[in-house]
Amino acid sequence: MPEALLISNLTKTYANNMQALSRVNLSIKQGDFFALLGSNGAGKTTMIGIICSLLNKSSGKVQVLGKDQSTHLNEVKRLIGLMPQEFNFNPFEPIEEILINQAGYYGIGRSQAKAQAEILLKRMELWDKRSDMAKSLSGGMKRRLMLARALIHQPKILILDEPSAGVDVEIRRSMWRFLRELNEQGITIILTTHYLEEAESLCRNIAILDKGEIIEQTSMKKLLARVSQQTLILESVQPLPEILPEFSFKIERLDAHSMQVILEHENISQALSALSAQGVEIEHVRSAQNRLETLFLRLTSKAS
Amino acid sequence: MWIAYKTIVVKEILRFSRIWVQTIFPPIITTSLYLLIFGGLMGERIGDMQGVDYLHFIIPGIILMTVIQNSYANTVSSFFLAKFNHSIEELLISPVSYWVILMGYVSGGIARGFTVGLGVFVAVSFFVELQIYSVLIVLITFLLTAILFSLAGFINAVFAQSFDDISIVPTFILMPMTYLGGMFYSIEILPEFWQDLSKFNPIYYMVDSFRMGFLGSSTTDFWVSMAVLFSMIVVLAIVAFYLLKKGVNIKT
Repeated sequence: MPEALLISNLTKTYANNMQALSRVNLSIKQGDFFALLGSNGAGKTTMIGIICSLLNKSSGKVQVLGKDQSTHLNEVKRLIGLMPQEFNFNPFEPIEEILINQAGYYGIGRSQAKAQAEILLKRMELWDKRSDMAKSLSGGMKRRLMLARALIHQPKILILDEPSAGVDVEIRRSMWRFLRELNEQGITIILTTHYLEEAESLCRNIAILDKGEIIEQTSMKKLLARVSQQTLILESVQPLPEILPEFSFKIERLDAHSMQVILEHENISQALSALSAQGVEIEHVRSAQNRLETLFLRLTSKAS
Repeated sequence: MWIAYKTIVVKEILRFSRIWVQTIFPPIITTSLYLLIFGGLMGERIGDMQGVDYLHFIIPGIILMTVIQNSYANTVSSFFLAKFNHSIEELLISPVSYWVILMGYVSGGIARGFTVGLGVFVAVSFFVELQIYSVLIVLITFLLTAILFSLAGFINAVFAQSFDDISIVPTFILMPMTYLGGMFYSIEILPEFWQDLSKFNPIYYMVDSFRMGFLGSSTTDFWVSMAVLFSMIVVLAIVAFYLLKKGVNIKT
């Protein structure tokens, strides 16, 4: 079975001699939910631009489901759906027309496009606004419109460049559910995001891009396993004593009811049992730090 | 390919129709005023030109002027705006060939040129009894002129980096060429040197053959005009296609 996306030695140097990508190799399996992370200017959007034919590559090879972009450009284009980072629709066009036109560019007739647009707009909760000009939509609605547009030709690979930027929590969670559904249906999803929680929650595999180079490509599970240390904030039922007893893990009193606990070798239940044995009953536990964020910062700072 | 082409054309027609107050109505009003003032009021004092009264003489030129301006304006503004708001990416990521994109935009320009030209024709026919010598010549000249200026507008839009850049060419090149192309006068009244110089202006050939379609007389052989128009279309189409394929100012 060919890879959903296979990139070999991809290099991009802009006219001002700025090298955005340097001999990048990347392989993404079919059906994967893949995170492509990197700081601003790492080269993520450039890479997506090349995959989606919006930018010319300087050298290298891009293959989508076994088809070489250089020799089977139109077939490759049909396989990909893109939700870009920046709004890139005509703001003076009605929403439904944007979807129908996009379908038309892929050779889908108007009646079929209309039916598909209805399904997607209803799913994106934009159906009531179908006759409105795109400029009248809120930021979150514009993102959902771009997601619907990316899906109008039923692509096999969906590329999402910062899909949750400017989207409120409720809509973001509903978008996540929808993306999981799409992935379960067999669509390969490639995601770039600044919300590392989003990548951690949705993606199975991950690559980290830094200064135009892939510095890490592995599974999310393996990557997170590398972060042995967990920092938790615990809230106690009763007020805490001024001086806490000694434990095998690091503990610090924050205020009368909360403490910070750093676990390296213990798991959470061991820590809770140890606290309970000392008469400290915990009613609420939350993570003080996103593990992926810790690792991301560690990897990118090491690379620099 | 056909569906993609049809989609672009319908989108273009809907675009200029939605803003008819800016795109269709003003040129009809402006050109009707031209005809009223230059043809109706001053025409009687000017007398006959090329064997007909001045009002009937300038009508074809004025209709063609609206076709030129509107075909050009449609592609230049539409394609530049698509670049400006990045909606051109909708086409670039899709499996639409560059020829289809080009033909779609050019057809949009033809559609607007036809709509406005027809609007002027209808408006004028309320006041003047119009006669057409050859509908075929009128339609062929209209079509080739609209194609030529839609292509020119497209090339302008590719190079344009700002809104100023899409008004410079129409103001400083297109307008003088149109006015000096025999729209208001027959080049026969000019001294020989200026007559010869006028023949380097492609608009002269369009106006001359369009006028022939209405009046039945021209100052240049019809087939020469057609050859000039056709050759220019071929050159501009190749240039526009090359720019689009190379992604000049569209892809980096």
